[in-house]
Amino acid sequence: MFEQKKLVVSHPPFWHNGNRLTQRSYHIMLAALPAVLVGFKTYGMPAVGVVCLSIASAILWELGFNKVAKQPVTIGDGSAALTGLLLAMLFPATMPWWAVITGTFLAIVIGKHIFGGIGSNAFNPVALAVAILMVSWKHLFDFDGMLVNYDLQFTALYPIAAAKHFGAQAAASFNLWDLAIGWQTGGIGTACGLGLLLGGLYLMLRGFIRWEICLSFMAGIYISALLFHLVDPMRFAGPGFHLLAGYTLFGAIFLATEDSSSPVNFIPMLIYGAAGGLMTVLIRNIGNYVDGVILAILVINLVQPLLDKIRPQAIGKVV
Amino acid sequence: MLKKSFFGLAKPRMEYDLLPARMTEPETVVAPKTATLLHPKQDAPNAPALLKVGDTVKTGQKISLYADDPACVISSVTGTVAAMSPFSGDFGKNYTAITIEVDGEHVFDDRFEELARQPDPAAAPYLAGIPGGPPMGTLMDPASEIKTIVIRGADHDLLVGTNQYIVKTGLADIQRGIKALKDLTGIEQIILVTAAESLQGFGHLGARVKSIGRDYPDALDHMIMKNVLDEVVPAGKTCEELGVCFINAEAVASIGKTFDSGRMPSAKLLTLINKNGGPQLVRTTIGTPIGKILQRFSIAIEEKDRVILGGPMRGSAVFSLDHPVLPDTDAIMVVDDSRAAAASQYPCVNCGDCIRACPVQIPVNMLVRFLEAGQYEEAAERYDLLCCIECGLCSFVCISKIPIFQYIKLAKHELDRAQTVEETNV
Repeated sequence: MFEQKKLVVSHPPFWHNGNRLTQRSYHIMLAALPAVLVGFKTYGMPAVGVVCLSIASAILWELGFNKVAKQPVTIGDGSAALTGLLLAMLFPATMPWWAVITGTFLAIVIGKHIFGGIGSNAFNPVALAVAILMVSWKHLFDFDGMLVNYDLQFTALYPIAAAKHFGAQAAASFNLWDLAIGWQTGGIGTACGLGLLLGGLYLMLRGFIRWEICLSFMAGIYISALLFHLVDPMRFAGPGFHLLAGYTLFGAIFLATEDSSSPVNFIPMLIYGAAGGLMTVLIRNIGNYVDGVILAILVINLVQPLLDKIRPQAIGKVV
Repeated sequence: MLKKSFFGLAKPRMEYDLLPARMTEPETVVAPKTATLLHPKQDAPNAPALLKVGDTVKTGQKISLYADDPACVISSVTGTVAAMSPFSGDFGKNYTAITIEVDGEHVFDDRFEELARQPDPAAAPYLAGIPGGPPMGTLMDPASEIKTIVIRGADHDLLVGTNQYIVKTGLADIQRGIKALKDLTGIEQIILVTAAESLQGFGHLGARVKSIGRDYPDALDHMIMKNVLDEVVPAGKTCEELGVCFINAEAVASIGKTFDSGRMPSAKLLTLINKNGGPQLVRTTIGTPIGKILQRFSIAIEEKDRVILGGPMRGSAVFSLDHPVLPDTDAIMVVDDSRAAAASQYPCVNCGDCIRACPVQIPVNMLVRFLEAGQYEEAAERYDLLCCIECGLCSFVCISKIPIFQYIKLAKHELDRAQTVEETNV
């Protein structure tokens, strides 16, 4: 009996479908690439620099935190790199280096690790970091000011800000097709609606993000923007504009769908997304801030645990 | 075996293999030199031993370790007791392993033959040891209120074809078995469930025949209860408490054979799944060490491989190749270490894949947080732990590779134990 080969007694199931966390992170990064590449083409090397610095510093913050907290090193799962990439996509191409590094610190350490690491973050780390930066250094997210030295082939006017300050007429001066192909100022990776939609479609079909959240977020924006527009077409821009301008598509595809801060049951996902869309339009149209996506996502993150209580009754549950 | 769709939107769908899709005729592994029987151990320190090394046993003999032993094991071979040693199984179960050196020919036990002439309640403990392991204890228990017997003509787990094969080839035995079961238990309502496409040729059985779906986990008892009998098993209850007893088709066929021949049927059918996932039907004897069967099919075992009693989703790994084939062993599966699913230390990231996979809509993402913290009572109360039908799909799809299924089984075991302790203290 003792000459036998030693067997491992592990637990069932002995098969696994092979999906891994790493794969998820890398596929989301892949899906973000089309929009990022359009951003690189528009803004050139400064944009490349911001993205590279953001990804690198995010990974280093994560590694540093792992070392300080004496945890196993988790940079291999791609989650830090993904956070870095998504954060950079929201920045203007001229973001100063210190702001990038502060942003990744806020996302990785404040947004994720002090809550307990991956899976425990109550808020989307990227949205949280951007919100803190926006409140602390307002001018960094004033795209008209940040991109003033660029000589672009399209109207270098941040559409959302224009609509906010000058009403629907300013919004009407933007051609929707131009907005869709990325001919608008904004974050490095948030301008090209078609690129984002392409990535989003890929992620939804592959099951890496939950389509319910993404689509209901867009529907929420469309419907509430339409209602505002119908009430006062002079003051409020149309739904198509709201869908394609600013952070909308990026938020719907990459921010609202972040795993640990979003619900998992069907009806809560729909409510969560729709509430996000509604909040965004409310902040944009009657709120104080220029773009409401980031703050709207933080708000829906906050109600997520409550929403997830709406769930189907387990079969066999004894009441 | 593992086909993954490029599209990840849909929930995972795994089909049971239908015979004869991949299976060939069963091959016989001849009776080995030694066979091992597992006797459920009961502590009785001062009782005089009834069995000692050197005793001879006959096929079909009821073996008790001491007088008034409530537990017993039925010998499946004829020979001399060579060794007796303690043996521990899953979840703290203890057995006495009785190793028997096998003589060439079966000598059948008189008492068994006497009882096997006609269905007689006294035959019940003997029947519990025949291939298929019928749950005679439950069926014959005067306190139980079993009204329906469901014969599993489809196997629980993926790749396993044992009971399917029995239904396909042994209908005459099943028919006799059904008749004997009715005589023995007085239960008239008998249902045979099968995954076969056509229900022709089952008319004469004396049982209603129902078909079940072919998607995993449609063949699990709880799913059959829900889909075929239209009865949902409430959390914390068993099918038996609802008056339904499940029995393997193999067991029914064995009962049929027993009362037909008056002897203990010695051939045990099982599905052997090799490292490539190729299933093969094997006819062997209860008590045969697993290692002998693997040797016969030249399946090489390396360090750290898994040897599993049962199938890929719900089987249980054993620690020794000397582990014997038991009456209810439907399958033996061998998985290479490099291909076996490994657990990881990652926390739940709330991706929701388990929610979509769960056939009974348990909030697995919340449940697992409580289970990881060891808060089993909360888990049962608030997050439907006891609704789990133990299909293993949540672990199968978990991207963090959390051993959710094992957590659930452990939690149920611990709750059970706590309850037993409470009851005995009062």
